[in-house]
Amino acid sequence: MKRAVFLPFLVVGLALVFTSTGCKNPPKGVTQIPSVTSRPVPGTVDRQGPITTQPTTPTPGTGAQLKPDESTTAVKLPDSASGFAQPSIDELIEGMIPDTNYFKAQTVYFDFDSSLIKASERPKINAVGDELKARPETRLMIDGHCDERGTEEYNRALGERRALAIRETLIKYGISPARMSTRSWGEDRPAVIGHNEEAWSKNRRGEFILLLPKK
Amino acid sequence: MKSRFGSFAKHLCGIFFCAIGIATAHTQPEYDIDVFVRGLAKPIPISLAGYSGEVLQVLKFDLEVAGFKTVGESDAQYILTGSNNDQVEGKLVDNINKTTKFAKAFTGGSMRTRAHALADEVVLAITGHPGIARTKIAFKVTRNQTSEICVADYDGHNAILVTADQSIVAAPSWVPGRRVLYYTTYKFGNPDIVSHDLDTAERKIIARYGGSNISPAPSPDGRQVAMILSKSGSPDLFVANADGSGLRQLTQTREDESSPCWSPDGRWICFAGKTAEGRRFLAKVSPNGGPVQRISISDVINPSEPDWSPDGKWIAFTSQMRDFNICIVPSSGGEARILTSGEDPSWAPNSRTMIFTRRGTGGKRSLSLLDVPTKQSKDIPQNLGVCTQPSWSR
Repeated sequence: MKRAVFLPFLVVGLALVFTSTGCKNPPKGVTQIPSVTSRPVPGTVDRQGPITTQPTTPTPGTGAQLKPDESTTAVKLPDSASGFAQPSIDELIEGMIPDTNYFKAQTVYFDFDSSLIKASERPKINAVGDELKARPETRLMIDGHCDERGTEEYNRALGERRALAIRETLIKYGISPARMSTRSWGEDRPAVIGHNEEAWSKNRRGEFILLLPKK
Repeated sequence: MKSRFGSFAKHLCGIFFCAIGIATAHTQPEYDIDVFVRGLAKPIPISLAGYSGEVLQVLKFDLEVAGFKTVGESDAQYILTGSNNDQVEGKLVDNINKTTKFAKAFTGGSMRTRAHALADEVVLAITGHPGIARTKIAFKVTRNQTSEICVADYDGHNAILVTADQSIVAAPSWVPGRRVLYYTTYKFGNPDIVSHDLDTAERKIIARYGGSNISPAPSPDGRQVAMILSKSGSPDLFVANADGSGLRQLTQTREDESSPCWSPDGRWICFAGKTAEGRRFLAKVSPNGGPVQRISISDVINPSEPDWSPDGKWIAFTSQMRDFNICIVPSSGGEARILTSGEDPSWAPNSRTMIFTRRGTGGKRSLSLLDVPTKQSKDIPQNLGVCTQPSWSR
C-alpha cells in the first residue's frame, strides 16, 4: 500500500534525475532549520541585571505640549490640568514608610463601572483630608481597584480613574497635590475572592496608604 | 520499507524541490470579506499519512489552526504523506488534479520545530501565505496573586517565564520584528513601564511618572511607544521615543483612555476612550498629535482592547455586553461582527488567526487560538496558571 502511494513520486523523480543536470546535490531539498541560539533567558532577578532609571525626571505636567482633544465630548478638568499634576513618584516615597492599615476604615467603595464618589463615601475622604491637614509631614498613596467584570487594561484605567477621583476630592478639600500620588491595580488585587456581587462590591474600591517620614 | 523510502526520499527531495519550487505560484483566491467576517469559509480537507506521535499531533494542531481539517484520503483535497523517523519528510499532492505541490525534508531543531516547519510549508503551498506555526507569543501568567511574563511557542509549548519578580505585571507587547517586550511591572512599588530585551535580559524603565504608567504599545518601526499615563491627573494617551524620551501628550480628557495600538503603517494610534456620560468608544489619533477621530462601530457596544490587523484591514476588539465577545470591525469603521466569546484579541502576522483570553467555568482564564474565516478554535493546553493578555509576535 505504502509502495503504491509513493510509486508516482518515484517515477516522476527518476524521470527528473535523467532530464535534469542542475539537481545532482541531494541535500538541496532538505531544509535545515536554524538551531535556536537565542532563547529567552529563564528570568531570574539576578540575571536580569540592574534596572536603569531614566537619567532625568521630567517635570510633572510638562508633557502636555499638544492641543487638547477637541472632538470628544468629554468634560475638561475643572481647573487647568497642571493643577492636578502628580508629583514624582521617587520624590513622594523618598524617606517615607508606608502604613497600609492606618486608613483601613476609610476604604472608599464605588458602583459598577463608575468612578463617581458616592455621597455615602464622602465623609471617609474628608476624614483622611482632616488627618493630612493635622499632620503636614505625612503624604498619601491612593490605590484604585476594580472587580473582575471588565477587560484587564480597561479595568487598570478605571482603577486609576477611581484613585484620581478620590485625589481630586482631596485637592478640593485643601490638600496639596504634591503630597498625593495614585496607583491602579486594576483587578489584580481583589479584597475578596469570588464571582458574585457580594465579592465584586468589596473589590470596587479606593484604598489609602499613609506615608510617614522615617524617624 | 519505511527506511528504504527514507533513503530514497533523501536523494529525491532535492530534485523535487528544484522542479516544483517554480510551480508553487498557484494560490487560492483571497476570501470574500463577508465570508471572512462571518466565518463561512469551509475548512480545507487534508489527509495525513506516515506520521506518528508528537509530529502527528503538531501537524494536526497547526493545520486545524490554519483552517484545514484532517480527513480520510478519499475525502481529501490534499494528501500529505511522509515520515518522522529522523528528519521530518513530507510530500504534498493535490488530490483533485494529482499534481505534487512539494516534497521536502526537514532537519535541525526539535521534532516539534520540524513538524511546525512542514505545516508552514503546507500552508504556504496551498494558501500562498506564510504559515504562523513557528511564531512566538507573550502573555501574563497569574498564580497566588502574583504574575509574571511568559514567552512561548504560538501553541503554548516551550513556555518560559522571562520575569521572576513575584510582583504584578501587565500587558506585554512585542516590538515588531525584535525579541523585545514592553510591559507594566509593579516591581518598584508603582505601575511602571519597562522594556525587556529577551536576548540580553536587560530591562530599562521607560515610564515611571507619578500615577499609573500602563498599556505600552511599541510602534511598527519600534522607534516609538504609545502608553497610558496619569501623570497630569487623568489617564491620558501619550507617545514617546522607544527609550521613553521625547514624551508627548495626545489626549487630555477627564475620562480614562486605555489600550493603545498602532495601525501597521504607523500613521495612527487607536485606543479605547469614554465619554463624560460613560459611553465607551474606539478612536484614533495621529502620533504627531491633532484631532481625535472616532471609529464608528455599529451593532455592538462597550468596545475596549483594540488590535489593528497587520494587513491594515481590521480592528479586533473586546465588546462587553452581558459577557465579553471578540469582535472585528473594518479599520475605517462600520458594521462590527462578533466572532466568539472571549477578550483581549491579538492578531497573528497572517492577519487571519488571532489569540485571545477565554473565561472558563468558575472564571478561570486561559488562551485560545481562532482562525477567523473558518471560525475553527483551539485551546492552548498549559498548566502554568491563569493565562491572560496574549501578544502575538509579528
